[in-house]
Amino acid sequence: MEMDWIWGLIGGLLIGTGGAVYLLANGRIMGASGIIGGLVDGTGLAQKWERLAFLAGVVVLPILIYPYYGHVDTHVSDNWAVLIAAGLLVGVGTRVANGCTSGHGVCGIPRLSLRGIAATMVYILAGGVGVVLFRHILGVI
Amino acid sequence: MRNLFAFIAGGLFGAGLFVSGMTDTSKVQGWLDVFGAWDPTLAFVMGGAMIPMFIAWRLRERRSAPVLGGTFPPTPPQKLDRGLIGGSVMFGMGWGLAGLCPGPSVASLSYGGTGHWVFFAAMIAGMAITPNLRRLLNKAPATA
Repeated sequence: MEMDWIWGLIGGLLIGTGGAVYLLANGRIMGASGIIGGLVDGTGLAQKWERLAFLAGVVVLPILIYPYYGHVDTHVSDNWAVLIAAGLLVGVGTRVANGCTSGHGVCGIPRLSLRGIAATMVYILAGGVGVVLFRHILGVI
Repeated sequence: MRNLFAFIAGGLFGAGLFVSGMTDTSKVQGWLDVFGAWDPTLAFVMGGAMIPMFIAWRLRERRSAPVLGGTFPPTPPQKLDRGLIGGSVMFGMGWGLAGLCPGPSVASLSYGGTGHWVFFAAMIAGMAITPNLRRLLNKAPATA
């Protein structure tokens, strides 16, 4: 268990370093939902190669590291209705809120952004309520 | 050069999500599940990520422009609105339901299996329909 926390901290430092590079070198906020969403709805097509290069990095590095782990179980649900409902909620919600865990949380909170702090408190609270509701009350996950 | 640094930043992000275990949906749901077997890993990840970001924002203040040119992101309005709160409620519910948020959903596409692609496709669809949903909601009061 404690090993997981240490790897969490190491992974967190890598994530934050990625955000620091993206801010200081490229002048952009490392927000996953914004980077993807701008490509999907067309509002970010002016920087499409920069966005695609970022996403390529997100996909490629785990492919390079994966062989050293052999097998990773992500424990993802096999209930398609759950996955589709969750995906739609995350897709719409992050675009309406203008950010997700990376943009509002990782980038916004250290900026002492009121919006980032408020959004993070709300989505963590909603996530907690969601797990209680879907797992303990409805039993769908 | 911009694309190279974007790739490096994305690579650090993807590697960090992988080694931290944040693409494991049971760890995310375990963190949110305060009434179950609570898993504090996510707090270590968030805390760790905020250290370099905090330094980066201080360094940003000393610079007039990013290293590769262009401009820094403008300071967003420090105003809380219905979109921010309502959107975050929706996002949090979906996050709890599947244990995935946008970053890890991309990082896990290569090894997570079909379920991750189903979630990813639904998330893209949600992002695609959001402009239409906004238009619909903005129109609603006028027709009521």
